[in-house]
Amino acid sequence: MNKPVTPEELQYDNYGPLYAARKKVYPQSVSGTFRRIKWALMAVCLGVYYLLPFVRWNRGLGAPDQAVLIDFPNRRFYFFFIELWPQEVYYFTGLLILAAVILFLMNSIGGRIWCGYLCPQTVWTDLFYAVERLVEGDRRERMKKDAAAHKWTAKRICEVVLKHSIWLMIAWWTGGAWVLYFSDAPTLVKDLPTFQAPLLAYVWIGILTTTTYLLAGYMREQVCVYMCPWPRIQASLTDEWALNVTYRYDRGEKRCSVKKAAELRALGEHAGDCVDCNQCVAVCPTGIDIRNGPQLECIQCGLCIDACDTVMKKIGRPTGLIGYDNDINIHLRQEGNAPIYRIVRPRTMVYSAVIALVGGIMLYALATRSLLDINVLHDRNPVAIKLSDGSIRNAYTVRLLNKSGFDRVIAFDIDGPVNAAVHVVGADSVTPDRPEIVIPRDTTTELRLLVTAPEETNPEKSIPVNFHVTDIGLGVVASATDNFVAP
Amino acid sequence: MTDHSEIDSVSGTATTGHEWDGIRELNTPLPRWWVYTFYLTIVWAIGYWVLYPAWPLITSNTRGLLGYSSRANVAVELANLDKIRGDRMAALGAASLADIEKDPALLALARARGRTVFGDNCAPCHGSGAAGSKGFPNLNDDDWLWGGTLDQIEQTIRYGARSGNDNGHQGQMLAFGKDGTLKPDEIVTVANYVRSLSGLPTRAGYDAAAGAKIFAENCVACHGENAKGNPELGAPNLTDRIWLYGSDEATIIETITNGRAGVMPAWEGRLDPVTLKAMAVYVHSLGGGK
Repeated sequence: MNKPVTPEELQYDNYGPLYAARKKVYPQSVSGTFRRIKWALMAVCLGVYYLLPFVRWNRGLGAPDQAVLIDFPNRRFYFFFIELWPQEVYYFTGLLILAAVILFLMNSIGGRIWCGYLCPQTVWTDLFYAVERLVEGDRRERMKKDAAAHKWTAKRICEVVLKHSIWLMIAWWTGGAWVLYFSDAPTLVKDLPTFQAPLLAYVWIGILTTTTYLLAGYMREQVCVYMCPWPRIQASLTDEWALNVTYRYDRGEKRCSVKKAAELRALGEHAGDCVDCNQCVAVCPTGIDIRNGPQLECIQCGLCIDACDTVMKKIGRPTGLIGYDNDINIHLRQEGNAPIYRIVRPRTMVYSAVIALVGGIMLYALATRSLLDINVLHDRNPVAIKLSDGSIRNAYTVRLLNKSGFDRVIAFDIDGPVNAAVHVVGADSVTPDRPEIVIPRDTTTELRLLVTAPEETNPEKSIPVNFHVTDIGLGVVASATDNFVAP
Repeated sequence: MTDHSEIDSVSGTATTGHEWDGIRELNTPLPRWWVYTFYLTIVWAIGYWVLYPAWPLITSNTRGLLGYSSRANVAVELANLDKIRGDRMAALGAASLADIEKDPALLALARARGRTVFGDNCAPCHGSGAAGSKGFPNLNDDDWLWGGTLDQIEQTIRYGARSGNDNGHQGQMLAFGKDGTLKPDEIVTVANYVRSLSGLPTRAGYDAAAGAKIFAENCVACHGENAKGNPELGAPNLTDRIWLYGSDEATIIETITNGRAGVMPAWEGRLDPVTLKAMAVYVHSLGGGK
């Protein structure tokens, strides 16, 4: 019989066991430049997310007046002045490519600043931590309360209930705002509490309430460390010039107390600035020690910089013991040289170029986007008809896409068969040779189009034929090509 | 009965007690859960027989207490479908044929309905694309035996031709040869005359004057003096380029000798009035409608 393997045996060298239970993180409150930036960005991100569905945008009568709307029943996407049809989903592909490359660029300049400042997981977790701090107190109090978990006093129960209520409220609003992007927001806001809204809206609110509550309230930094692929991907996108949150150990080591440092400096010896106060560890939302160097868990939020700067000011030493920096500069300083900050380098230039290229292509495609399209499908059975006078008729199914916000009056012209006549089934026969048709705005119109041409002037078996659509008022032309076939 | 069962020394399992030429059988019963599941399926089956149609009888079958019938379900589904389509179909029924063609929404509806119904009912003769074949008219072209306006097309669909319906079209091509009205050589002559009407080449040595005379005496009653036909009688235009049965001399001789009387069934009663309208619009919109 094999002996069961003990957890101790499941170890690789000094890296510890393969499984470690989570140690709950109690980030301490901190103030400073980066904390202020984080508050500001949180306000902007959440403000945009929660309020954007209520922004109105006039598109004329009959069209939705919501600035950003994903209209699934009518298969339209509205974004301010842009209206996209399902077949134009490639714009989203472009947007995703653009987003990815912008992420690469951010990463090559400032490391995982996306993770630290803008990622929804960070923003909502930060908000949930703020609530927790407000209700239960700062790091020490929270640790004390958790340690005395069995002591259920009335005050403690109130606190816990209040905290989870606020969390659930925020989570509920997160889901609530999400569904507003898929329907007229003011209407839905009225329909939701009166249970008039579609079931799917409630289901989605439920899903997002749950995920927000669990991800921001409980899973927190574990999402970044274990679930998110980005920390792994970014490792292959970064280089030695990227400015990551760095403990400048050239300045910090060797750590000693304020008193000892003063004594050493009085003797003219080197003393490190780090006083080992552990403030950088206490404020870290992922619970790591930045002084151990760059780590997978670090989301580059810069809160340890604020914490350290506060301490440095108190003990009268220069700030910036921790800062956005890299190892190259540490070595340069150790050798007595000035640090070099290279934001512009081949990597960032290539990323910028790709961003400019993709963005340019998208802008060009959007600007030159046709608002009137034509698709032509030749009848397959029968392919061609011989008429009583011997002339040839071909029938086509024509699909016209009017993507503009107004009705259009269009006319058909064709070139190809000699002496050909065009007729549109159902069209007014006042102008039989140049049928004029009204195509309503924002719709697809299907027409049956007949092309008739004398046999004598068109002896070929197959003649290419061009269909031109002219907007009577605006002269916009869309074209399509097919063939005119003899029986 | 004596129990001969004993424990098998090798496997430690009881035997059934039967022995054949010294060979004994181990008693390994089915697992309990399996047996009870099996009993449950039997109980289930009995319940099913009682509740649902099950046992075949001589002329029918047991109906079951729930009165379930897949045919009745289909009827319900169809009724629901009619309810969903109700408003639009009512609009189709209320509009005149000409108005349907002018309204893009109604035209699209009529064409969609017409295409499906055509495939189910008309395609066997006229072809799925309505291109026809020998003896079955091509409905895409502009040559119409019984007229190509919307109303004429609807009438032909509704009552048919030589369909036995009292309102149907009745005219037919007489069998001039079989009846003895024309002699074989006269038929050849008039056949060549008919070919000449639409510019087709004629047989060497054919007497045009004789052909014209025979035509005037026998054919103008239906086909008209200028041979342009008569939609009242279903008499085709003989001067155009479209031939229902073929334009070669042999086929024309055959037509004159034996006559022609193709049948178009009457669809009134088989298709509802709204569908008949949709059919007329669909056929008209194929391109040949007048």
